[in-house]
Amino acid sequence: MIILGISAFYHDSAAAIIENGEVIAAAQEERFTRKKHDPDFPVNAARFCLEYAGRSINEVDAVVFYDKPLLKFERLLETYYAYAPKGLKSFMISMPVWLKEKLFLKKLIWEALDTIEKVDRKKVKLLFPEHHLSHAASAFYPSSYERAAILTIDGVGEWATASICLGEGNKITILRQLDFPHSLGLLYSAFTYFCGFKVNSGEYKLMGLAPYGNHNSEQVKRFVTIIKTNLVELKEDGSIFLNQDYFNYATGLRMVNDDKWKQLFGFSRRSSESLLEQHHCDLALAIQQVTEEVVLNLGKEAKKLTNADYLCMAGGVALNCVANGKLDDAKIFKQIFITPAAGDAGGALGAAYAANYIYYGNERKVDPTRLDGLKGSYLGTEHSDMEIFTVAKKYRAPYQQFETEDALVEKAAALIADGNIIGWHQGRMEFGPRALGARSIIADARNPEMQKKLNLKIKYREGFRPFAPVVPIEDVSEYFEHDDISPYMLLVKQVKENRRIPYPSDFTAKELLDKLYFLRSDIPSITHIDYSARLQTVHKETNLKFWKLLNAFKKITGYSVMVNTSFNVRGEPIVNTPEDSYRCFMRTDMDYLIAGNFIFDKKLQPEWKEEDDWRDEFSLD
Amino acid sequence: MDFIKDIWAFMKARKKWWLAPLIFILLMIGILIVLGGSSAIAPFIYTLF
Repeated sequence: MIILGISAFYHDSAAAIIENGEVIAAAQEERFTRKKHDPDFPVNAARFCLEYAGRSINEVDAVVFYDKPLLKFERLLETYYAYAPKGLKSFMISMPVWLKEKLFLKKLIWEALDTIEKVDRKKVKLLFPEHHLSHAASAFYPSSYERAAILTIDGVGEWATASICLGEGNKITILRQLDFPHSLGLLYSAFTYFCGFKVNSGEYKLMGLAPYGNHNSEQVKRFVTIIKTNLVELKEDGSIFLNQDYFNYATGLRMVNDDKWKQLFGFSRRSSESLLEQHHCDLALAIQQVTEEVVLNLGKEAKKLTNADYLCMAGGVALNCVANGKLDDAKIFKQIFITPAAGDAGGALGAAYAANYIYYGNERKVDPTRLDGLKGSYLGTEHSDMEIFTVAKKYRAPYQQFETEDALVEKAAALIADGNIIGWHQGRMEFGPRALGARSIIADARNPEMQKKLNLKIKYREGFRPFAPVVPIEDVSEYFEHDDISPYMLLVKQVKENRRIPYPSDFTAKELLDKLYFLRSDIPSITHIDYSARLQTVHKETNLKFWKLLNAFKKITGYSVMVNTSFNVRGEPIVNTPEDSYRCFMRTDMDYLIAGNFIFDKKLQPEWKEEDDWRDEFSLD
Repeated sequence: MDFIKDIWAFMKARKKWWLAPLIFILLMIGILIVLGGSSAIAPFIYTLF
């Protein structure tokens, strides 16, 4: 049985194809169109999935869209009715979109698929599972658990904003659901907005900013109290109640009521790109702490309701790896599996799984010896040496070609040990927002200047942003307070205590940038300001070449940990093709590009000329 | 036609009959807006709909 899953029309469109329960391919549309968070129907991603699977669209049993549009429309109408006449302006804007497009989603989907190949509509089924069921399915079905609790948390789907489910065999039972407008995702997004970052995109920046807040300071405590007293009521079962007097998202065009928030916190909304001050960091820390408390409560409730040993997580809030780390530390469950494409892109895969197991009732076989069924999330495009060679010819780019993988890896490790920054384009592209060693920029984590250099000269992004480490699974406990897997960079753990450098006595009084340049450990480039790190464990079963690279680096330096960041610049989707990689390599201060068996040395490349400023190509995220 | 069938099936499944007149009136207003020629581009900060 072949099923094509689709997520589209909101943000992060994607397609995924599964065959007899096994995922064959999955990709986000943004990687093809080069438009970050592209919401359009994923024609390119769907075409890629079908081609990779070697299938025609008419061989597919079902196309599955990741939510129920009519249920979403019901929520809209009920919300407008409840708040009327408030919300008229928003209604006037939303109705044309719905009446012209979204209410006729079936037609839209068929027509979009027809552009790939004319679809036989009598043969191919079109299904619509609920949004949170798609999320739950994206986490539970590929996990290696026969029975597990499932927690989904996001902004909003149709009505649901969070759910607790039980996964058993091929079944998912929804046990609890939290409905709009009460949403942890929207609460976090409201703070993202107030701190001057883009909603639906800058949430991870807010999370990265939080550790610069002064822990245990009076200001942070005051902010937490204000949040809990005025904005959100936290219940023991993990549910929350948002005081809509302070929010504007239900009916308005902004996330919050700016004036009321200014009165509450004592400062105005930060404008985008303006200076980040201590109160912004303290507020980021306060909302992070509240978020962690809610996630922990939800975890406890999920345990109480299911008594399961394992937990699966999905939804945009499951990308909050700091909260995930705290939930893991609480040891409520033996292990937590967080699906790598936890946001809406992953809904495409979840929708396909839901149709396969719930609609068609197919048997689910679990292999507990496997990490999971997602093949390391390397589910995207791959490119042959011939394609890379074609790009080299097109740009008259000198290169060195290696005959064997081992020789290439040894050379790469030596270059990194010498302080070079490498663009690493290898194998199949990752599915999900994280680069996991297929489309990555990698560098030496021991270098104290690396964080600054990578942020300012390679990624052209804010200096405070942290970088994540990669480490072979065998060595994880040498560097981090963690002795289990974290293959998708979705857990934040502390750097081992004996590696840390204690804070200077005047640390809390320092400005944000001064804090940044305090050397935190012997692997400073991946140690965040609070000694935490968003770690990725590398497994030879899923990425042998990357695993070999880390071990080759260890042979030279004694360290098997490196910096791993996504291969892109700020505002750009992660690179997809060798051409995207070469272009990004030439536009930045990266020293080498290693694509397939080819090494490109920046010093030997012809001068890079572009008619326009390439920075205008990507709007800042 | 497909759409009307879907709406009917949806109403039957959800059993929120009190919403029917509301949906009808709102759809009528919505149709007027569409006929009024408003843009189908939603410049929203958060794409809730």
